[in-house]
Amino acid sequence: MSIAGDISSSAPRFHLSKDVEQLLYRLLAAGLLCVALSVMTDAFLTTNNILNVLRQASLLFFLAAGLTLVILTGGLDLSVGANIGLSACLAATVIKVTGSPVLGTLAGLGAGCAVGICNGLMVAKLRIPSFIATYGMLWVLHGITYYYMAGETIHGFPPGFRQIGSGYFLGIPIPVYLMIGFLLAGTIFAQRTVWGQQIYAIGANPVAARLTGIPVDRRLILVYAFSGAMAGVASIVFLARLNSAEGDIGEAMTLPAIAAVLIGGASLFGGVGSVFGTFVGALILTLVLNGMNLLAVNASWQPLVTGVIVVFAVWLDMRGRRRT
Amino acid sequence: MRAVMERTPRLELAAPFPASGAPLLELKGISKSFPGVKALDDVSFAVWPGEVHMLLGENGAGKSSLMKILCGAYQADQGEYVHEGKRVEIRSPADARRLGIAVIFQEFSLVPHLDIAQNIFLGREFASKIPGLVDRRRLYREAKAVLDLVGLDMDPRTKVHSLGVAQQQMVEIAKALSQEARILVMDEPTAALSDRETERLFEVMRQLQAKGVAIVYISHRMAEVFALGDRITVLRDGRLVGRALPGETSPDELVRMMVGRNVDMTYPRRFATEPGAVVLEVTGMSARNGIRDIDLKVRAGEIVGLCGLVGSGRTEVARAIFGADEVTAGEVRIFGRRQTGGPDAAAVAGVGLIPESRKSEGLALIRTVGENLAVAGLPRLFPNMLFSPGRARRTAEELIARMRIATPSPNQSVAVLSGGNQQKVVIGKWLAAGTRLFIFDEPTRGIDVGAKSEIFALIDQLVAEGAAVLMISSEQAEIVHVCDRAYVMRGKRIVGELSRADLSEENIVRMGMHHE
Repeated sequence: MSIAGDISSSAPRFHLSKDVEQLLYRLLAAGLLCVALSVMTDAFLTTNNILNVLRQASLLFFLAAGLTLVILTGGLDLSVGANIGLSACLAATVIKVTGSPVLGTLAGLGAGCAVGICNGLMVAKLRIPSFIATYGMLWVLHGITYYYMAGETIHGFPPGFRQIGSGYFLGIPIPVYLMIGFLLAGTIFAQRTVWGQQIYAIGANPVAARLTGIPVDRRLILVYAFSGAMAGVASIVFLARLNSAEGDIGEAMTLPAIAAVLIGGASLFGGVGSVFGTFVGALILTLVLNGMNLLAVNASWQPLVTGVIVVFAVWLDMRGRRRT
Repeated sequence: MRAVMERTPRLELAAPFPASGAPLLELKGISKSFPGVKALDDVSFAVWPGEVHMLLGENGAGKSSLMKILCGAYQADQGEYVHEGKRVEIRSPADARRLGIAVIFQEFSLVPHLDIAQNIFLGREFASKIPGLVDRRRLYREAKAVLDLVGLDMDPRTKVHSLGVAQQQMVEIAKALSQEARILVMDEPTAALSDRETERLFEVMRQLQAKGVAIVYISHRMAEVFALGDRITVLRDGRLVGRALPGETSPDELVRMMVGRNVDMTYPRRFATEPGAVVLEVTGMSARNGIRDIDLKVRAGEIVGLCGLVGSGRTEVARAIFGADEVTAGEVRIFGRRQTGGPDAAAVAGVGLIPESRKSEGLALIRTVGENLAVAGLPRLFPNMLFSPGRARRTAEELIARMRIATPSPNQSVAVLSGGNQQKVVIGKWLAAGTRLFIFDEPTRGIDVGAKSEIFALIDQLVAEGAAVLMISSEQAEIVHVCDRAYVMRGKRIVGELSRADLSEENIVRMGMHHE
């Protein structure tokens, strides 16, 4: 067999990578959802509702964006919801004690990031499977938060701080700006930095990545720290929106965030996915739930629908990638 | 290859069959091919009752393939399988077992958390009178009887994980005997045994022999070959190259038969006349992976071979130098600077590893050719840490052109390339990283002949441009033809160095074999 004659497949003239193709399908799905909901309900296509959908999607997106990088490395972070609880309660306390929203915000972000670094150290240095490490962390964080809050609620924050969650700028909610900012930053980080490229390489084959001279441990710690920090961001926005902190705040958000990442086309095996995909995934999930509300479908059906969408999206994805 | 056969004296091939008696088992004219390799080519092999038949050959000579055909794990493409004078079809290991053929591989097949008796009769438990239950009394009674047969004085209720290697070996043999094995195949059974345990094993083998069991014994130890063997068969490159009786041959002659010469393998290259500066210097290195007291040096412009049998510690040395396995003593210096830290530090210092298992350790198979080519060189190509897809693509295209990688574009999935082209991608990623010391671990494994010479041309070009190369290969011919010098390993240590003048397959095999 000669080397030169050994080309197994020919190059198509117009080449769309599998990733771009899969992303277009998702955008199409989101578009169709919008059209369908506009036709089926009067309330959907109103400025108020659209802004509401975007604001809801933003909270989900903060968590899911951090998770995306973790999942890109082939890991999972189950502690993000519990992390929101701890970070929000800590931020709330600091605001109450010092009266400074800035210090409170820094405390919340710092706590989230610190939890992430702990996760990263467990995964990278102790080689504990991320699923186990972050699952354990989930319980530890719940424990700390519940003990600290002792069933109490902290509420009533300065109006300036509450703007982060419920304010508007030029008629658009502040969290939506934050979402766009993190979408751009996350996309640039993943697609246009050496570190981002190395994260894809780690997820695609961790053994080969290490033997290619990529500092795998440091990148893993970075990724979990980022995921923790994004939980911190979500906690601040959540806190500002709710104007109160409780021990179980954020508890129900981990699984929807994972759903958004999976609907967005990331593979739990690592190496495949994008922050933009996750953004579309968060949008699709929020649209569906919003649509069900508008159509007055019993809220009990929402988890069922979420589950079906996740499995369906992953199935489509695998099918699409298999025919190469 | 013809030349090899013609040079081999016909006498050896025709010689020693016993004058009388029919063979217990005969393989006639066996051929077996795998994609890209002919593993066995017209090999005939026979065993008689009560003999120990030694099977010799270098790594990749075809011993394992022949044994796998013997025990039904592989099916021959051509050839006959004759059992006690009758032609039989062997389609599965179960077929072979019914004929009384049992194989004890180097890696045992025992289940650690079951006891000895349960292991011996695994899958063949005696049914109790109550349906669905096992007759435990009979299980342990029968197990005890088989253990007595091999002389292992132990309670059959002992869990296997608490046994030593030799005892596990005995349990494997007991298991084989309980299946009424009449032909026992043992693959380097003494590799992990102490002298006393080895003695014990030999004693059991002699008892089995006396009972008429035929033993096929694969070994790399000359002393065993002459102490135990009744007959010797030598394979090389998938062909039968000789048969001999221990009394009528010598270790030197056997080594010559094993090595031969690969007439069609020539790698023209200019050998280093004046080696450059020392690039790699390893002194007294021991590592957690088992290697001990390694000393070696590689200079710029030099290709240095690292040879020895599989398992002698070659890959471990490569991994320790690269920082992939922890060094516990001694030091590694790259360009005079002491090296600590992992593969990332080694890569920064200019070292690149081209690992043995290309697909699992060298490439990200779900990614493209371009992504794989750029991945090691990212920090060098983009010193300000901002990645540019355009620049990465141009780098990949340059490498594809320069290394003549057969791919329609950098966007092609690397998984669909042939072995040779995948290997070029692995080498290419280190070129992009500006690597100065290349460590090749079996660079031509699974690569067809045409691509092999291209890989060697590339390696030659690397050293011509001043890079240093450390090359591991199980194919002695490659080492001899390509390397300026070579180190030989045995038992996790370097046991010798061969200069260009002394570099021959005979010398490598002689140094690498056990001569106790």
